[in-house]
Amino acid sequence: MNTQLVLLAGLMFLVTYPSRALGLLAPAMDRLPRRALDYLQLVGPAILAALAAVNVMVVATDSGPRFHVGLEWLAVGACLAIVAWRRNLFLGLIAAVAIAIIGRAAGAA
Amino acid sequence: MSPDEILAPKDALAASRRRLVIEAAGIVVSAMGFGFVYGLAARNAGFSPFEAMAMSALAFGGAAQFAAVGYVAGGLAWPGVVLLTALLNARHLLYSAAIAPWLRDRPFAERAVMAHLLTDEAFALSMAHFRRLGRADAWGYWVAGIGATFIPWNLATLAGVLVGGSIPEPNRFGIDVIFPAAMVGLAIGLISGRREIVAAIVGAGVGVAVALIAGPAIGIIAGGLIGPAVGLAVPASVANERAPLGTGASAERYAMPGAHFDDEPDGGDRRR
Repeated sequence: MNTQLVLLAGLMFLVTYPSRALGLLAPAMDRLPRRALDYLQLVGPAILAALAAVNVMVVATDSGPRFHVGLEWLAVGACLAIVAWRRNLFLGLIAAVAIAIIGRAAGAA
Repeated sequence: MSPDEILAPKDALAASRRRLVIEAAGIVVSAMGFGFVYGLAARNAGFSPFEAMAMSALAFGGAAQFAAVGYVAGGLAWPGVVLLTALLNARHLLYSAAIAPWLRDRPFAERAVMAHLLTDEAFALSMAHFRRLGRADAWGYWVAGIGATFIPWNLATLAGVLVGGSIPEPNRFGIDVIFPAAMVGLAIGLISGRREIVAAIVGAGVGVAVALIAGPAIGIIAGGLIGPAVGLAVPASVANERAPLGTGASAERYAMPGAHFDDEPDGGDRRR
């Protein structure tokens, strides 16, 4: 059984724990510059959106990355709409998977 | 008067704990479903069960774990994975700062353990419980952190990574859209104003543009770094923030999708 990625998990712990513990163990954290806190708050939406967009819109080919349009757009878009409307991620995921399954069964790429 | 100095009646404590358990049950279902999907995704990305479990136990952060699976599958070098994990999980600073006043009387060692369990879900559940009581309740925090999230998440990861190998052609079952859909859903849950919207749109746009030129891994990093910078440029007067950035109120808004707090006109909070 591979265990190489356990080290990566450990490194992820090492960079995650301080952000969880800093405020609890060192209350002076609230003296962090306001601008820095603002930036931190915006990092989450930006990275998550970038991850989703790149995953759906960019595919790797022999000739390099290529822009991709496909059924995945519809599935992910449906999830986005449902989460924005109902605030229910699980429901959104179910809808996205259902669209992908039905679409592919119908012959969509 | 500090929040810890306000004593709630015994029946109020029992009532709030009952409500916490009911709310936690919903989180358990969500954590188990999401954890199972993570396990499947990890398996498909080549993680062994032990590696997938180690990530769930040590990193213990849904978005960062899903992202790491994507990075690893995409061949991103470890320093990049670690950097992006740090950035993605930096939002916990806000949670930590917001919940610290409630828990400051707990022993240092206990707070050190509590910190590892401070997820979106644990924060949302325990803060709601504390606010109902007007004081901290360590029992409630452990229920939120361990009972509602850590145990279900890890058990579901194990199930997903073990069952994943027996699913033929996973894309036929839509497994490939779960990751981007989950990322979009989590991003939506973090939006409380126009600055976040701008950061997300710019992050996505820059990410795709740079990915087409320099590769997906570089694109994701570029989007994650440039998006927030552009979002900050949105003037506060038009940001329309339901909770100002960098405040305890904004940290509370920063809860997981499905467990949000919404600010009411009178300044109170209610769960959707």
